[in-house]
Amino acid sequence: MSRRSRITVAAFLALVATGACAADPTVIERTEEIVGRSFSSATADERKTRLDQDEVQALCSMHHNQPPEAAALRILELSRSSLRYPPEGRLMGDWKEGEKLASVGTGGHIGKIQPDRPGVRRGGNCYACHVLAPKEIAAGNLGPSLAGYGKQRGTSPESVRLTYEKIFNAQAFYPCSHMPRFGSNAWLTPQEVADAVAFLLDAASPVNK
Amino acid sequence: MQPSFFDGLRPRIAAACAGALLAAVALTATGDDNHAIDEIAKYREMLKDGNPAELMEMRGEELWTTPRGPRAASLEQCDLGLGPGVLPGAYAHLPRWFEDTSKVQDAESRLVTCMTVLQGLSVEEATRNWTKPNSDIEALVTFVATKSQGAAIDAPALHPREAEFAAVGAELFFRRAGPLDFSCATCHSQDQRRIRLQDLPNFLDPKSAQSSMITWPAYRVSQSAVWTMERRLIDCIRQMRAPDADYLSDAVIALEVYLQKQAAGGVMQAPGIKR
Ligand code: HEC
Ligand code: HEC
Repeated sequence: MSRRSRITVAAFLALVATGACAADPTVIERTEEIVGRSFSSATADERKTRLDQDEVQALCSMHHNQPPEAAALRILELSRSSLRYPPEGRLMGDWKEGEKLASVGTGGHIGKIQPDRPGVRRGGNCYACHVLAPKEIAAGNLGPSLAGYGKQRGTSPESVRLTYEKIFNAQAFYPCSHMPRFGSNAWLTPQEVADAVAFLLDAASPVNK
Repeated sequence: MQPSFFDGLRPRIAAACAGALLAAVALTATGDDNHAIDEIAKYREMLKDGNPAELMEMRGEELWTTPRGPRAASLEQCDLGLGPGVLPGAYAHLPRWFEDTSKVQDAESRLVTCMTVLQGLSVEEATRNWTKPNSDIEALVTFVATKSQGAAIDAPALHPREAEFAAVGAELFFRRAGPLDFSCATCHSQDQRRIRLQDLPNFLDPKSAQSSMITWPAYRVSQSAVWTMERRLIDCIRQMRAPDADYLSDAVIALEVYLQKQAAGGVMQAPGIKR
């Protein structure tokens, strides 16, 4: 772990020290049992990928997003070890591609009631939660505004790497962030994450206009 | 402490954890606008001639009073929790535990029980087209909910089985899964948040929970249909990229028990009008 990220971790832990509130294990057991029989149309594969939890999801759920120190450290460790980079090592891709994926909210809807059309594009839907290019007014606010992100952070190798890692797995910095772990969950490819980095950091990107 | 790269977004963590009532993360972004109010004003304008849900309510009343099914019975003896045939306030006290079925039931599952037991319909017949506009069940729920107008939501989950469902509902609310790591709390645990321009209630805040729960079932302009609470929740579950939750399933009902508990005291205004 780099010195920088150790500082980040320390800052986080200082804040979570007293936040512990794990749920009663028997309630969790009962909850899992009810989940197990309330989705009868799910295939075995859908159950595995859509309903079963990985360790990070289970920890954040049981602590209602306020992980105590040990859980927070475990989440950081798992998240950091899941980071992957594009084969050619270019962490800053094409901002125009990044812009496209930032506004695509489709993909991944299953079931019989209202599934996605087959072959529909899967996007990052960053605008659902963030202001990005200031000219796009239909932007959500579940996450902080990212307008002018590149103007503030610059394009130093460190800035590029940290931005890439943040988008690849937000929980590598912030355990139980509400932001999806786009890269680690293989929702976006490393190349697509690099495109999103360019959309945020490239001086030519509308995010920085 | 040295500032770090992502300093702009350090969470402010609540010092203590009082059950599920505290928001996990309070970011500094501002809740700026009055979208909800603007939108509702717009719909009011569009719907000067009344809420189309009123048609559903009338159809529901007809379904309630007309003898139907193999037993040629009406639903007028249906016990929604306050006794056979007692409608005023019944919806506001649901979900609740029912001795005869040994189940915690909401308005929808209870109506289905009545249709099967009193009228002799099959569950398939009773829930036919429940995802489509103008289904019988939607009409009946709208009728029943309208009879609770002015009643305060009062479903405190005191019976042990109800309490268990409330606890499970709280766990489900925070339960993350799927390729986007979503739980209900992702979108509904902070004040004044929006997905794009759509306002999101914060169900950890009683006032916000009330202002949502008092309006369901609601006519959704974007769908040209009345949606029941189950329909609403099953769609949020779909947005989470989960498989379809079963209609009338315990997972959906447990979430409702939790949400109704959060919304205690809100005065029912259903049917509402929504985006
Ligand atoms: C479901 C909501 C959601 C979505 C979708 C989302 N984010 Fe986030 N994002 C957040 C939240 C909440 C935070 C703040 C907490 C944190 O740092 O993890 C955040 C933080 C960030 C940060 C760190 C901001 C800073 O101040 O340094 C970056 C960069 C970021 N998001 C980029 C993206 C990009 C790019 C996408 C799309 C590919 C995206 N986000 C999609 C919710 C979301
Ligand atoms: C990815 C975001 C997201 C997640 C996750 C989510 N919802 Fe929602 N929810 C929404 C949006 C967006 C709306 C409002 C839709 C609109 O304006 O048409 C909404 C609306 C609702 C409403 C109706 C609010 C009102 O009165 O208008 C309820 C109730 C609700 N959600 C409950 C839940 C529950 C319970 C869960 C978890 C099972 C959940 N939601 C998960 C996005 C989400």
